[in-house]
Amino acid sequence: MHEVSLAGGILSAVEAAARRDPFVRVSRLRLEAGTLAGVEIEALRFALEALAPGTLLAGAQIDIEQPPGQAWCLDCAISVPLIERGAGCPQCGGFWLQPTGGTELRILDLQVEDH
Amino acid sequence: MCVVCGCGTGHSHDKTEAPATDSDVQVDATGDLHYGEGQARVSVPGMSQARTIRLEQDILGENDRHAARNRENFTAHGVLALNLVSSPGSGKTTLLCSTLMALRQRRADLPLAVIEGDQQTRHDAERIRETGVPAIQINTGKGCHLDARMITEAYSRLPLHDALHAAGHTHQSFVHSHVDQQPHAHVQTQQHQHSHHAHDGGEPAGMLFIENVGNLVCPALWDLGEAGKVAILSVTEGEDKPLKYPDMFAAARLMILNKIDLLPHLDFDVQRCLDYARQVNPQIQIIQLSARDGTGLDAWLDWLLAGAPAVDRRAARIAELEAELARLKAQVEAPHA
Repeated sequence: MHEVSLAGGILSAVEAAARRDPFVRVSRLRLEAGTLAGVEIEALRFALEALAPGTLLAGAQIDIEQPPGQAWCLDCAISVPLIERGAGCPQCGGFWLQPTGGTELRILDLQVEDH
Repeated sequence: MCVVCGCGTGHSHDKTEAPATDSDVQVDATGDLHYGEGQARVSVPGMSQARTIRLEQDILGENDRHAARNRENFTAHGVLALNLVSSPGSGKTTLLCSTLMALRQRRADLPLAVIEGDQQTRHDAERIRETGVPAIQINTGKGCHLDARMITEAYSRLPLHDALHAAGHTHQSFVHSHVDQQPHAHVQTQQHQHSHHAHDGGEPAGMLFIENVGNLVCPALWDLGEAGKVAILSVTEGEDKPLKYPDMFAAARLMILNKIDLLPHLDFDVQRCLDYARQVNPQIQIIQLSARDGTGLDAWLDWLLAGAPAVDRRAARIAELEAELARLKAQVEAPHA
């Protein structure tokens, strides 16, 4: 449900970008939401689509990249894939894991039109 | 020509590289920069139809900036701010009322304050005020979490800051800029440039409890500027909640297992619950407690009065591994000695 707040934050960031560097429409919005970022991708997409009409995001294509979870295993001293929080190290089965990737929650770029 | 978007203007795509020649930059009260308020707002004819603007910015960046300012303010004043999170019905408000009354008994002069977050009603803030501790209710309406800006606003309306100064908070010469934009008593006087001690590890000068909206999902993402999140789980809930809501338990510094007076009536496997919590967060500290009969309340108060210390179990684990390595090395080297 917090995806609606996130979508609102994304729209504000897009509007702020338009104030700095005016454009009339976003044709493509590219986001990054890692698999460990705590965000439901479909809910975020739904929230953005619900919010878009009448804004700079109206009709924009929304691409969401999902960097996979990665963690540093303290016991193995190697970087391992982490499918979800609470999953063990695929090498040793331990839980001394420090997430190093997949926690990103960012706006990457906007493709915009000026007319 | 701008290499990023191909346009002919001398604008910046990155606010950290704002060119000095930009005369239309507006700096607002929060320090954010606003471009394009003036002439540049007019779109430039002849530009290409489509171009790309790289933003590379955190979606939660705005909240995180507010949170950082809250944290700076709390730390500077020695305020221990804790963000209490749980599902609805875990007994947060009852725990908070018992905590406040017990703290009052131990430290009658310790300034306390509470921020209560709920979707609606003022019931919880009223329950807190009955203990004599000032409380502010934030009703989020349809919102599922508190955000940092709400905390800034609520904190500026609580008497905690003034109470700290009334309690003899020392003022020395030190450049300290107040983050809240609210006018307050000392801001015009030089006396307010004081050396706000950080109270690292020591007893806090005051405490602010933020009771978040009952929800184990959304509040995990929003930093409020707190020293730490405290996740409250009651034994009437499932023991696998740490695994079901891992983001929250991964974000928490302390887990309170509440209502343990009910254990004899339930099939709740405490050890399994603790194992699950450590599985998602090996650093998490755990206190078992009953707000009703007072079991565990002393351990919780000790932790609070020690300034909610983080226990670096990872550092301890590293030390353990290093010791083991040294022992193995000694074994290998022994035959040659």
